[in-house]
Amino acid sequence: MNASALRLTAPLLRLAVLVAVTLVVLVALLVASGFDASIALQAMARGAFGSWYAITSATLVRAVPLALTGLAVAIAFRAGLLNIGAEGQLLAGAAAATAMASLFGETPSALLLPLVLIAGVASGACWAGIASWLRQRFGVLEVISTIMLNFVALYVVGWLVRGPLQEPSKFYPQSMPLAKTLQLPALLEGTRLHVGALFAVTLAGAAWWWLRETAGGFRLRAVGMNPSASATSGRIDVARVSMYAFLASGALAGLAGAVEVTGVTYALYDHSPGYGYTAIAVALLARLNPIGVLGTAVLFGALQAGGNAMQRDAGVPVALVNVVEAVLILLVIAGDRWRGSAR
Amino acid sequence: MITPLDDFLEAAVRTATPLALAALGECVTERGGVINIGLEGAIVCGALAATIVAGTVGVTAGFAAGAAAGLLITLIFAIFTVYLRADQIITGTAITLLSLGLTGLVYKSFYGTTGVGLTIPTIGAVEIPLLSRIPVIGRALFAQPVITYALYILVPLMAWWFMRTHSGLALRAVGESPDAAVAAGVRPRRVQALAVLFGGVMAGLAGSTLVLAQSGTFVENMSAGKGFIAIAIVVLGRWTPFGVAGAALLFGGASALQYLFQSLGWNQVPYQLFLALPYVLTLVVLARASGRSAAPAALARRELTLG
Amino acid sequence: MSFALALSGISKSYGNVAALHDVSLQVRPGTVHALLGENGAGKTTLMRVAFGLVAGDAGDVEIEGVRMSGHTPAHAIARGLGMVHQHFSLVAAMTVTENVALGNHGGFTPATVAEQIRTVGERTGLTLDPHARVRDLPVSAQQRCEIVKALARNARVLILDEPTAVLAPDEAQALLRWVREFAAQHPSHAVVLITHKLRDALAVADDVTVLRRGTRVASGLASTFTEVSLADAMLGPTERTPAIEAEVMPRVRPHTDSVGAHHVVLQADAVTVHDDRGVARVHSASFNVRAGEIVGLAAVEGSGQTELLRALAGLREVASGRLHRPPDVGFVPEDRHGDALLLDASLTENYALRDAGRRRGRVPWREIAARTAAVLARRDVRANGPHINARTLSGGNQQKFVLARALEDTPPALVIENPTRGLDFRATAAVHDALHDARDAGIAILFYSSDLDEVLTLADRVLVLHNGVLRQVPREREVVGRAMLGLT
Repeated sequence: MNASALRLTAPLLRLAVLVAVTLVVLVALLVASGFDASIALQAMARGAFGSWYAITSATLVRAVPLALTGLAVAIAFRAGLLNIGAEGQLLAGAAAATAMASLFGETPSALLLPLVLIAGVASGACWAGIASWLRQRFGVLEVISTIMLNFVALYVVGWLVRGPLQEPSKFYPQSMPLAKTLQLPALLEGTRLHVGALFAVTLAGAAWWWLRETAGGFRLRAVGMNPSASATSGRIDVARVSMYAFLASGALAGLAGAVEVTGVTYALYDHSPGYGYTAIAVALLARLNPIGVLGTAVLFGALQAGGNAMQRDAGVPVALVNVVEAVLILLVIAGDRWRGSAR
Repeated sequence: MITPLDDFLEAAVRTATPLALAALGECVTERGGVINIGLEGAIVCGALAATIVAGTVGVTAGFAAGAAAGLLITLIFAIFTVYLRADQIITGTAITLLSLGLTGLVYKSFYGTTGVGLTIPTIGAVEIPLLSRIPVIGRALFAQPVITYALYILVPLMAWWFMRTHSGLALRAVGESPDAAVAAGVRPRRVQALAVLFGGVMAGLAGSTLVLAQSGTFVENMSAGKGFIAIAIVVLGRWTPFGVAGAALLFGGASALQYLFQSLGWNQVPYQLFLALPYVLTLVVLARASGRSAAPAALARRELTLG
Repeated sequence: MSFALALSGISKSYGNVAALHDVSLQVRPGTVHALLGENGAGKTTLMRVAFGLVAGDAGDVEIEGVRMSGHTPAHAIARGLGMVHQHFSLVAAMTVTENVALGNHGGFTPATVAEQIRTVGERTGLTLDPHARVRDLPVSAQQRCEIVKALARNARVLILDEPTAVLAPDEAQALLRWVREFAAQHPSHAVVLITHKLRDALAVADDVTVLRRGTRVASGLASTFTEVSLADAMLGPTERTPAIEAEVMPRVRPHTDSVGAHHVVLQADAVTVHDDRGVARVHSASFNVRAGEIVGLAAVEGSGQTELLRALAGLREVASGRLHRPPDVGFVPEDRHGDALLLDASLTENYALRDAGRRRGRVPWREIAARTAAVLARRDVRANGPHINARTLSGGNQQKFVLARALEDTPPALVIENPTRGLDFRATAAVHDALHDARDAGIAILFYSSDLDEVLTLADRVLVLHNGVLRQVPREREVVGRAMLGLT
């Protein structure tokens, strides 16, 4: 096999191995918790792939925010920034997008949709910017600060949907539903899959190309590999590169939030499926490769869609899916260590 | 007569107790050169184990079970970070996710997917005669559950252990310079593993305290970031036991403010802002305290060339 | 009579690389035993096996006639063996007392240990302030602390790994005298002196063992060897090119004015440089470096050289004074792994690193890969092509690559820190050749070396930095050595 063919098949092979390992872990956990594995897996498969609708409207709809936040985490980790805050940045993006939409009142034009998305992107970047500033100015570990900001974002959203952004009847803790014109169009007629999927695919391709081919992308990778050598031997402004990487990461997560609001929920709620946390698994399992993120995002989208069906149809708590995710991360870390080639 | 201030101070110490337990454990872990982001997971595992065992066996057994659960989940972290030398931050994050999922799973298999509001026995406050009558601080310090009093002994004991025993010396040396420790005949891996596991036990106790001395019930994700706040407390406490205890008290106070303001009738301020306060405080405190000069020099370092 | 330390048939491999092959060594009580060999010959590994830091694959270790098996440093220490590592193994943040006590068991009473340190000081002349923090001590005192640490546990057999490498010449002489006295003090005492310096070995040792590529190639009474016979043993008879010989037996070249030197390229007028904490580390230094000359900077560790070199390289602002430097000064930092290379990136990417800060748009990877391949060939960097990771190269080839990268496009000036630290003689000679070529091509070179011999052999002109004060001194060993300690 020649080198370029190898380069193409290696990620596919990896994904296949990953799927196989996921199944093994899943079955092991189901058996260990005393469930009937075959019934649960069947329910899961139905929920994730059982029909065209399941594939597009359950699995892929979940894969979109996972891919965008997965890219956010991958970009940050590539730059050596342990941004655990995609969740908070997603919430910040969702909140800002909702706020922007509510500004337009009753009769918004579809032309304003980009503004709503930009508000989400900017807000996610700003939320990440706080952690970036704390890191550069005060040396605060970004792991801690981003997690703290996740909680703050959750409570701020909780306040917004009971305060300034609450729906007019003031009864439910949620915002007013978005006007039809501010909703992302469907990508495939008759499904819930929206054009946000195109954003994810395009941005993943762009990020992959940018990291690989451009001077900026190389600087980001160099800083992630060895900041000291980047500064000393590459004369790279490490603080600047880190800041931009952090902002880009937050912007991607913010976009995920805006896309969720305009494409799926059409309103802001004070609870979240935790895409921003799953994103860490998505990114790590893709070895921080943007194209790989698309694959792992679909895998985890299927796991979560299937997990919901499993809870509904087989009575298996959906929390099992979170355990599978965590076990996969640990397996990847362990595999890397045994091969002696970690980060 | 009990004033709102008395209530506030008592609540501050009560809320500070689990934070202090977890943070003191993490203080030992970090002095050994390991940062355990998975603390959050150990707390929530401890809370669930305490709930299950206290409900069936008893309160004391509940604490023991909580400690054991913290130990077990942290054992995974120790194997990955100390023996495989995997990235501490990523492993810790995975352990937290694992624990949140695992506790959700176990909780639902025990109590059903609806998550019935269960109530379990708790330990009450033990008033110490005379001391609890001291004005202002009496009730806050001396009308607390036994686990709080355990801290009054543990904090000075740990300070003494760090500075006046050879094992404390070995712990600090491993956190500063594992190579130097090896050359002096210390075995860094063993020291680190023990330090990490001690942190796990303490986090498990912190989780038990949340259930058995405070809420009396288990809720999914009930640790709510306390593990991460504990890590911030260690930074603020400059990696010393007394500093950590003081910093935990500060955070306890921040969390208890909502009770004070409620009792003062300030209800127009949204309660979400009070809930967010400890997290914002963590950020402010870290910004002021983070110049990492007091941090162990080898903290989070993976290379352990020898031993 | 049993030997103070006896190693027999020691072998040790790392993967496929044999670090030691069937090495034996006997240290007679009451003697100083020099263990000679160049960097990478296996000296340190052998002694780590003796000390229990590394487990040998085969062979026996005996301390005072007691056979050790599967022992740890704690066991070795208990049997009276002490080891002073080349890169000290002290905990910088702890006090002398705490460092000395480290590794014991039970309760720790600082006052008792401090008293013990004073007693050892009175007995041996190695005086120390027990309550000082190690990070605040000068290098020579840190070394004393290492030795006291061993003696406080009643070490009778001391292993000193390259102990003179970090010391100024006067300090080194004093230490070697102390080593002699210690060995003679008591019949059970003995010292193993690991060194690559023939002069030190012959000056102080009773016995000599020479290692080459992990095998013992010579052993016997020091009086039966000469510098030349030891050099032959260290290098092997076929390896003695004049360039390598110059590294083994450094001779100060006769003083010549730098005939090739032209215009001033680097010039400092009353330059003051601060460290990261804002403390002035270089005070009002004035000097220049001309095109086509090599200026050597001699200093003991921590004299301000790190800050001065980084200011010259444009990586640190000067606090006051004027520094004239061209915009593109090449810089080769001392810490290859930390400051020079992306170990897990390809050589092509490592080559691209030099322009990473200023490049815009797309990176022409194909072109850079071709240039990298050309550099590897031209500079004799042994690597399987530009696509392999920097980590896979040997230290010598990594250094050749880093130096080649800095010299591409012939910068007007080159600043280089410890150009040959950790390299074997062949790699050292290659680096020195490259620097001479660069000088002859008209590049202004300033380098710092912690090895005074390297400063004296490589430099056309010598500057000495002591405690942040810079002076130019004649290129004479005695004068430079005294200036490094601030004596005139």
